[in-house]
Amino acid sequence: MGKFTFKGGVHPNDGKELSKNKPIVELLPKGDLVYPLSQHIGAPAKPIVKKGDKVLKGQKIAEAGGFVSAPLYASVSGTVKAIEPRVSPTGMKVESIIIENDGLYEEVEYPEVRPLEELTKDEILNIIADAGVVGMGGAGFPTRVKLSPKEPDKIEYVIANCAECEPYITTDYRRMIETPEHLVEGMKIILKLFDNAKAIFAIEDNKMDCVKKLKELTKDEPRMEVKELQTKYPQGSERQLIYATTKRAINSSMLPADAGCVVDNVETIIHIYNAVVKGLPSMESIVTVSGDGVVAPGNFKVYFGTNQRELIEAAGGLVEGTEKVIAGGPMMGFAMYTLDVPVTKITSAIVCMKKDEVSKVESSACINCGRCVEVCPSRIVPSRLAVLAERGEEEKFIKQNGLECMECGSCSYVCPAKRQLKQAIGTMRKTALANRKKK
Amino acid sequence: MGEQLKISSSPHIRDKATTSNIMMWVIIALLPATVFGIYNFRDTHAWLLVLVTVATAVLTEYLYQKLMHKKVTIKDLSAAVTGLLLALNLPPTAPLWMGALGSVFAILVVKQLFGGLGQNFMNPALGARCFLLISFTGRMTTFVYDGISGATPLAVIRANVEAGNAVLSNVNTMDMLLGTTGGTIGETSTIAIMIGAMILIAMGVIDLRIPASYLLTFTVFIGICGGFVDGIGFFNSDYMVAQLCGGGLMLGAWFMATDYVTAPITKNGQILYGIVLGLLTGIFRLFGGSAEGVSYAIIFGNLLVPLIERVTLPKPFGKGGEK
Repeated sequence: MGKFTFKGGVHPNDGKELSKNKPIVELLPKGDLVYPLSQHIGAPAKPIVKKGDKVLKGQKIAEAGGFVSAPLYASVSGTVKAIEPRVSPTGMKVESIIIENDGLYEEVEYPEVRPLEELTKDEILNIIADAGVVGMGGAGFPTRVKLSPKEPDKIEYVIANCAECEPYITTDYRRMIETPEHLVEGMKIILKLFDNAKAIFAIEDNKMDCVKKLKELTKDEPRMEVKELQTKYPQGSERQLIYATTKRAINSSMLPADAGCVVDNVETIIHIYNAVVKGLPSMESIVTVSGDGVVAPGNFKVYFGTNQRELIEAAGGLVEGTEKVIAGGPMMGFAMYTLDVPVTKITSAIVCMKKDEVSKVESSACINCGRCVEVCPSRIVPSRLAVLAERGEEEKFIKQNGLECMECGSCSYVCPAKRQLKQAIGTMRKTALANRKKK
Repeated sequence: MGEQLKISSSPHIRDKATTSNIMMWVIIALLPATVFGIYNFRDTHAWLLVLVTVATAVLTEYLYQKLMHKKVTIKDLSAAVTGLLLALNLPPTAPLWMGALGSVFAILVVKQLFGGLGQNFMNPALGARCFLLISFTGRMTTFVYDGISGATPLAVIRANVEAGNAVLSNVNTMDMLLGTTGGTIGETSTIAIMIGAMILIAMGVIDLRIPASYLLTFTVFIGICGGFVDGIGFFNSDYMVAQLCGGGLMLGAWFMATDYVTAPITKNGQILYGIVLGLLTGIFRLFGGSAEGVSYAIIFGNLLVPLIERVTLPKPFGKGGEK
């Protein structure tokens, strides 16, 4: 033991062997590209192109709609076909810019990059904001905002979230195997923003090859450290990760900065590197296509806006009769009803499952076994909260700490009665938070 | 187009454990005690009593659910577990109709009338045992061993104390460990029960919180207070073995107190619950009307569970509950 971890959590079959050893393959989009204006937390981006405009790859097509927002860039050259609502991976219709791909991939001339030493902190932050970098671990929180805490001097740790605890996903793993130096360089940029901070690369111990590589690369960096974490879901949850690496605990209403920490995941840090060192805007990310429902699982470098059907076809297509396609990992991802949705800034995986085990099992009575309590990383009592949620007892739900739930799904995963605990708690939580805002 | 995709809320994968395979492991873990009991009381109809009690429990659940137009849930095996636990808590000489009556009471009154699996506030098997104990005290407390009617070891100790004899005369420590004494079908063999307990722990069905805190509290209490009350000296080893192995304590601590439905769900609550059970059992044994006390202690403990859960609601992560 002695590995860093948190209390609770589950050990699902990780399925990573399907795509772990598949090198990243670039996928050039063929059909129309769809850019939802809202693929981050905060205000939607504002389009700065109109129907009929010619655009080049790397051209800004929408600007940030506020401080907490992010601009969008075209990832191909072509013509703006429409600006209209389209289905996004979460199933909602979102206002989107649609670009007809001319297949030429003509690029804009990127502004000249200046060496890191010459840049001031504000200039670095502005470059990151202007490149449209958002948290790519799933939340999509604009990175500039995350990197601008009230008191930057009080940040003691910058944690690179290399846990990748969701089953099947291997994008961070491939990044760390193929270009670990970009991750380290990206981290140097972040460290420049926080004078008193040390960097921690937090990696689960099922990726010991990455641990070795990063230890090697950072051995002469006094401000950097690699920490091995126990392999466990949800090790990559921000609050659990901060606790595992620093033994500081924050509750749901606190920010990492309150514990002197800033957390960014691998893909985000690489985008920071691309923006500051290469001058490239955020246009693409790595997506794992995996599961037993896809013919040839693999890792792809995909341009934002690419139709996910093209991506699945690049992985050999769906296996006949596949029942479920999930945007994201199987623990927290969204089941999709159509494949015709775009890859967005927060797409990290498409998991295809031949058989949907969840729709087959029937939930039965709670036998009070306490397994949900055992695994809950938020240390609440999921079975009781789910009952309160189903009865609509909002006050009791809040009093028994229901709002502390982070919807990791560990309780539903482990429940022997197969109850939809996370779903019930999550629904009530959203209602309660919305009601609180109204007051 | 053309895919028929299924939609549901995450997570999209589930652990293999199900209610019925948990119950199956409980039954498997009870087998050593059951088999030993049937062997130990081979000159009685113990085997038939076990069969009748289990079958009645399952049948009662089936009929009730059929008549009430509810979903029949006998496949979850919880009724079978209740029947088996009740059987193990009956004297081998109990008439078959008593086993059957107990099962009907356990399933119908204690379990189904309160809402079925997961809703009963009292352990059904123990509820039924206490019901039988009160209704048919004589038959429920007559223990025959090797064809000779006699008292259980704890009753012998109690009688010795009351008569002013040497406390431990007629009590054999080795017999108590092996289980070759009088008692209910499943309670006598500590070794057989411990084998079952180890199966449950190894399979992750139960953890040590309840049984360990129960047995530890009881040991300390009886070691000290028993020394005063029974005048045997503190922590007399033979006396302790008799107290720990006798009176259904082992069966109670490992298989009844750990019943999910009627124990606290909070982790600290489980420890507190074990302590309460240990104290109650000790008090009932030293000062109560019967020498055993485990059934009553657990049933009484069951009633305290909502209270225990309320005072032991865990602190959430980031508010002191992270350790």
